[in-house]
Amino acid sequence: MAQPPDKHPDFTADGAILVFDKLCKNYQLGAFELKVLQEIDLVIRKGDYLAVMGPSGSGKSTLLNIIGCLDRPTSGKYFLGGQDVSLLEDNDLSAIRGRHVGFVFQSFNLISQLNIIENIEIPMFYQGFSEHQSSARAQELAELVGLGDRTRHRPSELSGGQQQRVAIARALANDPLIVLADEPTGNLDSQSGKEILALLDNLCERGKTLIVITHDENIAHHAQRQIRLLDGRIEKEWYNR
Amino acid sequence: MKLGIKSLWLHRLRSTLTALGIIFGVSSVIAMLAIGEGASRTAMEQIARLGSLNIIVKTVQPPEDQQATGQQQSLQEYGLTYKDAERFRNSIPDAEVIVPIRRVAQQAWYRNRKVPIEVIGTVPWHLETSPIRLILGRFLTSADLDYKQDICVIDGGIVERLFALDDPIGQYVKIASDYYTVVGIVSSQPSTAASNQQEKQETDSSKAKAGANAGNIYIPLTTVKNRFGEMSMQISGSTGRKIEKVELQEIIVKVTNVDLVLPTRDILATLLERFHKKNDYQIIVPLELLQQAKRTQRIFSIVLGSIAAISLLVGGIGIMNIMLATVSERTREIGIRRALGARKKDIIFQFLSETLLLTFAGGALGIVLGCTIPFFVTHFGKMPTVITGTSLLLSFGISGAVGIIFGLYPAYRAANMDPIESLRHE
Ligand SMILES: Nc1ncnc2c1ncn2[C@@H]1O[C@H](COP(=O)(O)OP(=O)(O)OP(=O)(O)O)[C@@H](O)[C@H]1O
Ligand SMILES: [Mg+2]
Repeated sequence: MAQPPDKHPDFTADGAILVFDKLCKNYQLGAFELKVLQEIDLVIRKGDYLAVMGPSGSGKSTLLNIIGCLDRPTSGKYFLGGQDVSLLEDNDLSAIRGRHVGFVFQSFNLISQLNIIENIEIPMFYQGFSEHQSSARAQELAELVGLGDRTRHRPSELSGGQQQRVAIARALANDPLIVLADEPTGNLDSQSGKEILALLDNLCERGKTLIVITHDENIAHHAQRQIRLLDGRIEKEWYNR
Repeated sequence: MKLGIKSLWLHRLRSTLTALGIIFGVSSVIAMLAIGEGASRTAMEQIARLGSLNIIVKTVQPPEDQQATGQQQSLQEYGLTYKDAERFRNSIPDAEVIVPIRRVAQQAWYRNRKVPIEVIGTVPWHLETSPIRLILGRFLTSADLDYKQDICVIDGGIVERLFALDDPIGQYVKIASDYYTVVGIVSSQPSTAASNQQEKQETDSSKAKAGANAGNIYIPLTTVKNRFGEMSMQISGSTGRKIEKVELQEIIVKVTNVDLVLPTRDILATLLERFHKKNDYQIIVPLELLQQAKRTQRIFSIVLGSIAAISLLVGGIGIMNIMLATVSERTREIGIRRALGARKKDIIFQFLSETLLLTFAGGALGIVLGCTIPFFVTHFGKMPTVITGTSLLLSFGISGAVGIIFGLYPAYRAANMDPIESLRHE
């Protein structure tokens, strides 16, 4: 991958892997310009566990999409792993998503025609792993999330909690820099939700960098750090404990 | 790829219906080409049997004579003459051989068996202008010609009908009131388009006399002239009787190479024009027929090609339609894959390979079907068919091309969907 043209000063200071510099996102609705994110400054270091809170429509998902390189900022700079991502083309963004980002969605988003192993293999497939390598790693990851014995099942044969665990395993497939979860427990009952949260805590302990969007204060308390968005601005930021 | 097969399998009925367009398109291409090729090959073979170095001049009844049959009795003198053959010999030095032929419809007897035959009065070098081959014994010789020998060479058809199990060589065959010694056997004249036509004309006018012809008996031209003369009587209708005088039915001129065929034809035409005021001859140039047949074949191919192209176009549009539906149905899957690192070209490849799988499967089935149709046509329709390797290759190429052309747009659409919106899609 090409080296970044310039490094943000914060990278030199400590183990920052993600830096936002006056990042803005606008949507053009006819003549009206909707400012969804306004001048966001944010630094995330390796091993951070960040919870993003805020009312509906405050721009949480938009923020997460930009972090995950699914969307581009309207203005401002975004550095991921020292690279200025806001300048990259679609092809390179795809590569970064596959290589450095793991997504966990509210609605699981598994591919229903594929079994568990095949679902976990998808990100590795696009990184050009061999069939042999990727199936071995997929098996490992399935065991990590406690589904080592269900690998030949289809997603429809699993409970919601189990599906979300598969999704987490899939997010970890390429050992990404950062794992992004948009309301990962939103579609789950409280028991399954707890299991998922425990799994995420476990990942954090292993040194993964996590960003989780949630409406639930209790969930947010699992994270070391919280930000609260309001009308596209970081209204409040604090560390737990 | 694996997913492609899976999703095609999941929508078996839909995939099959879609592939049907290609199946029928490809099979119609193959079947049509096979039938066309078969037809043209037989035509070409038939023409080639006439000999591409030959120029055939035939006696035909002049049109004004045909109208004049109302008169009670008339002598009609027309057609090619020995003089014509002589003139040909003198004015065409490039001729390899010149074969004057006299045909007489007759009956041949052997013991108590009798069959209708055609006597062919000809010369020893007849074989050089004809596809018939000597099977047994010898053909006519110059000595036979000079001494007007009462000998004959019979063909396979006559051996079968007249001799059955006897060895014909050395036996006597009775034609009219004379006996002829059989000295040789030749293969039967293969039926040609031109001779079929001629046979038909002959049977029309002389059915009563000849009936179905068992075969040809070759006798020296001089002997025939001696024995049968030049007159023939025809009873037309119930009223009129007609006596015709025809010296030669046919003169075949064979030249030494292909380039001489057309110039020689022109010389013959001017010669004949000068000496035949009545339009009582016809010049047949097999080479020209061959060229014509090739031209016809080309037009035929273009027409078939257009039909096939249209049917494949329809098949292709069907495929495009179904792939667009598939893409919009799988919008969410596309979004997921994009989020997990699929580049646009990965998505294009995925859908394109799915389309190609469909068209190649359709193409393969089409080839199977396309090969069975000509089989049935040959078997039940009694029509020759030829499946060429090129037509198989062509149809495989075409199904691939259809897959790419009609799969590219849906795949492109899939790749260019916004990943965020795709993920939100229900
Ligand atoms: N493609 C788009 N075009 C126009 N406006 C959009 C688009 N996507 C998002 N928005 C707007 O941006 C704002 C922020 O949306 P976003 O999805 O980030 O909210 P959110 O904080 O995730 O809300 P929720 O908690 O309900 O998920 C909303 O007002 C939304 O209408
Ligand atoms: Mg949201």
